[in-house]
Amino acid sequence: MKKITLLAGLIALAALLIVPAYLKSHGIYLFTYWLIFVMATMGLNLTVGYAGQKSLGHAAFFGIGAYTVAIFLKMGLSFWLAIPSAAVLCFITGLLLGFPALRVQTIYLAFATLGFNTAVWLLMRNEEWLTGGTFGINNIARPSAFGLSFDGNLNYYYLTLAVSILMSLLLWGLLRSPWGRAFTALRDNPIRAESLGIDIKAYTLFSFAIGAVYAGVAGGFFASLVQFIDPAPFTVESSIMMYLMVVVGGPGYFLGPLLGAAVGVILPEWLRFAQAWYLFVFGSAVILLMIWLPDGLLSIPDRIRAKKLSKAASAARASSALTSKAQVNGGEKS
Amino acid sequence: MTPHSQQPVLKVTGLKKSYGAIQAVGGVSFEVMPGEIFGVIGPNGSGKTTLFNSMLGQITPDAGKIELNGEDVTNLGPLELNQRGVGRTFQTLQVFGKMSVRDNLIVAAQEHQGNMFSRMFSPGDMGLAQKADALIEQFHISHVAHQKAGELSYGQQKLVDIAMAFMSEPDLVLLDEPCAGVNPALVGGISTLLKELNRSRKGSFVVIEHNMDFVMDLCTRIMVMVEGEVLAIGSPAEIRSNKRVLDAYLGS
Repeated sequence: MKKITLLAGLIALAALLIVPAYLKSHGIYLFTYWLIFVMATMGLNLTVGYAGQKSLGHAAFFGIGAYTVAIFLKMGLSFWLAIPSAAVLCFITGLLLGFPALRVQTIYLAFATLGFNTAVWLLMRNEEWLTGGTFGINNIARPSAFGLSFDGNLNYYYLTLAVSILMSLLLWGLLRSPWGRAFTALRDNPIRAESLGIDIKAYTLFSFAIGAVYAGVAGGFFASLVQFIDPAPFTVESSIMMYLMVVVGGPGYFLGPLLGAAVGVILPEWLRFAQAWYLFVFGSAVILLMIWLPDGLLSIPDRIRAKKLSKAASAARASSALTSKAQVNGGEKS
Repeated sequence: MTPHSQQPVLKVTGLKKSYGAIQAVGGVSFEVMPGEIFGVIGPNGSGKTTLFNSMLGQITPDAGKIELNGEDVTNLGPLELNQRGVGRTFQTLQVFGKMSVRDNLIVAAQEHQGNMFSRMFSPGDMGLAQKADALIEQFHISHVAHQKAGELSYGQQKLVDIAMAFMSEPDLVLLDEPCAGVNPALVGGISTLLKELNRSRKGSFVVIEHNMDFVMDLCTRIMVMVEGEVLAIGSPAEIRSNKRVLDAYLGS
């Protein structure tokens, strides 16, 4: 089973390395766009899927990252300084947004984060001296390093791919550490978690802060990809779309964002022929998916496994009922 | 162990809590000594749960003092109490359904090692796997150790739930109706397990329970509460023969 996973991973990686080289410029652009949203939704998957904090403010962090990079580059500062700065800024802002989550949960938290997103969006639109307001910031450059320019679409794609892989490995490491289990405990039962010494306040704050870092880095790469940003891609609507990507892919599944972002980025491309009907078709597809697969696309293998298991378990239970009863009774002095 | 050198693990003095005009607990005092299994019984509405919630930091009492190993912990929350060695189980099942049984036990103790930062770079099981497996074995749930806790039967989940409270080797474990909803065969099993754990770990337990046979068999001392006040404290034999307890609660 492990070997199959590794093999599948290598094949996927090879495909990601080779396929875009044979695509036209728009195809490469779409792949890059997809990777950026994979990065952003990975962070949201940590906040929502693993830690269970219903956040509808993720696009705000995406925007903060994008504007940080755009403004840094306008000031003549390096992209390589801008990205870490975006990450740090998002970490701090994310930590702050975590505080409402210590008081309110579920739909109320969603509303609080939605308010945060709106406030950030208003800042982007109104503070013209900094953000260019509705005119935005254009001519955002692409980076270069060690004499290698990432200006070309394909080169920029490979840079984005490398960073996405690095970011995924970091998240994978975090979730494999005891932190992963603590986040899951926080999501499934915060009261019980606290009674076991899990500092649910700290983990809640970190789930927002780390999730925000992923959005910030993704936003930075987004700014350099599209080379022009205005406040439009950072609205509450975008946050909802990112949330949807997490839910469709499978919240709490590590690879969920890969699928979710594909559905959110590539499906609209395929549905272009539908034109005005596009949103209707997309919306209906999501509704149907939620009815049949409330835990997202990646829950399919788990479902099959659970079905097999419950069949095996009921058979085993029938045969072991007598022995286990004997075991329990064995220790009792009566 | 000489009695005079022993400090109570838990000392509750004059605990009071009212909700509006209704007094839930009106001046309760008792001590739990190391290694004791202390039972709390009383009819519904007698203040057991309010007392429990105060001792666990879920609510702040209006008056009175709670000391743990000599330290005043009256105003501490559930997290701080657990860090100071208080484990608990809940009246209803509280396992992490999507984690395996083993992971449920590991998560129950992992935060007691190192700090948040060091845990980020620790191996996934924090070296707790062996300890978890030993407890799983003791609780006769080895055959489901790798199954998700939410997929188990009620009785099995109850066992996981109780085992979790013991993973971090607390000084004091508060058990809120450990037999609620459990079949009679398993009640005996739980009683045996708790006695074993009490012997091997020298921990003290406080047990709230309605199952009178269970309490009388398990506990070394029992406190009877009626209408927020202590009616009697004594050994099972004393409680069984106490006239006031018989009148007020046990019936005849």
